[in-house]
Amino acid sequence: MEHHSAQLIACHDCDLLQREIPLKKGCAASCRRCGAVLYRNATDSIDRTLAYTLAAAVLFVIANLFPIFAIEVQEAGSEINLFGAVQSLWDKQMHSVSLLVFLTTILIPALELITMTYLLLPLKFRHIPAGSYILLGMLKIVKPWGMIEVLMLGVLVSLVKLTSSFKVIPGIALWSFGALTLLLAAAAATFSARDIWERMDSRADKEVSA
Amino acid sequence: MTEMTSAAEQGLCSCHVCNLVSRLEQGSGQANCPRCGASLHYRKPGSVARCWALLISAYILYIPANLLTMMETGSLLKYRKDTIISGVVELWRTGSWGIAVVVFIASVTIPLLKLISLTLLLVSVQRRSLWRPRQRTRLYRLVELVGRWSMLDIYVVALLAALVQLGNMATVKAGPAALAFGAVVVLTMFASMQFDPRLIWDPIQKEST
Repeated sequence: MEHHSAQLIACHDCDLLQREIPLKKGCAASCRRCGAVLYRNATDSIDRTLAYTLAAAVLFVIANLFPIFAIEVQEAGSEINLFGAVQSLWDKQMHSVSLLVFLTTILIPALELITMTYLLLPLKFRHIPAGSYILLGMLKIVKPWGMIEVLMLGVLVSLVKLTSSFKVIPGIALWSFGALTLLLAAAAATFSARDIWERMDSRADKEVSA
Repeated sequence: MTEMTSAAEQGLCSCHVCNLVSRLEQGSGQANCPRCGASLHYRKPGSVARCWALLISAYILYIPANLLTMMETGSLLKYRKDTIISGVVELWRTGSWGIAVVVFIASVTIPLLKLISLTLLLVSVQRRSLWRPRQRTRLYRLVELVGRWSMLDIYVVALLAALVQLGNMATVKAGPAALAFGAVVVLTMFASMQFDPRLIWDPIQKEST
């Protein structure tokens, strides 16, 4: 197979053609001309990403079930969870904004977590899950639209704004979102699509020769 | 193979999904990646035109996003309508300096930075400029990296409007600027995804060969 023997790599930012070199663990190769990171040798990429993803999935469920925070002033008070915020925007005829919040903080992160688990779990046991090529492509497209970490900052800003006029009671989801942000960052740092492609290539080659 | 050669010059093309470098057959029309089946292109098709279209729409919506009301706050004692800027000023005035700076960066600096940077990148690419390609590539990477953070204000408004519903005591409402501003963020994100940074390097490649 011609395309495997060459081991050429083209920089995604400047298209410079370069030869891949083996890397030490934890190192990254960057483009000679523009400095873009071409690929990295992430330690146990698949195992670690899977671990972070599963932990993140648990926290994601918790973060969506429990209230983020509650406010109290004199007799009155109210509390909110993420889906409640989406619903309330929808009820107030702000459909597009509601949809935007729903997509970027609930639907896309959920899809991402499910897809990653679906891909990584079988790969860990050296199976290639069905539809993995399409799913990896899809993952690349939706990735920029999952914005949990921005939401987390938004939650903190709202918290500060609220404390000036209300008594604010932090909820379970507040802490869960905090931890979720860290776990998602860790998963993104250890995830290496290149490792997945390599593992799938080696499996596919074996299946052909067998 | 010369010292610095681009994949496109060698008739090679790297897949945008799996990064595999493969030969693109001339005149065969639609080509697909031999590994993952994604369609192959030397450069993102229609990159400059699409990026301009999205960017101009973003510029237009940027005006209502800043002029209209982002958030209405009402209570027994006071009632106020805030635009993005006046919201930041109010935060600063009431002593929340740290938060004021964060919101200012996310809702004022970043959208402006994105609009101006993408314009600069598009103009320089169309003029086939040879000016500082490395810095321009770095600028593009920065735009991609920070773009999402301008969504901050949308989330703040969404959370506050949903939470603060205490009748006469206190209510917060999201204003029409939230829609316009959300659209600016989404449009500029799409615009920066459409832009192909390899176009920055193509004229330099021509020059050196």
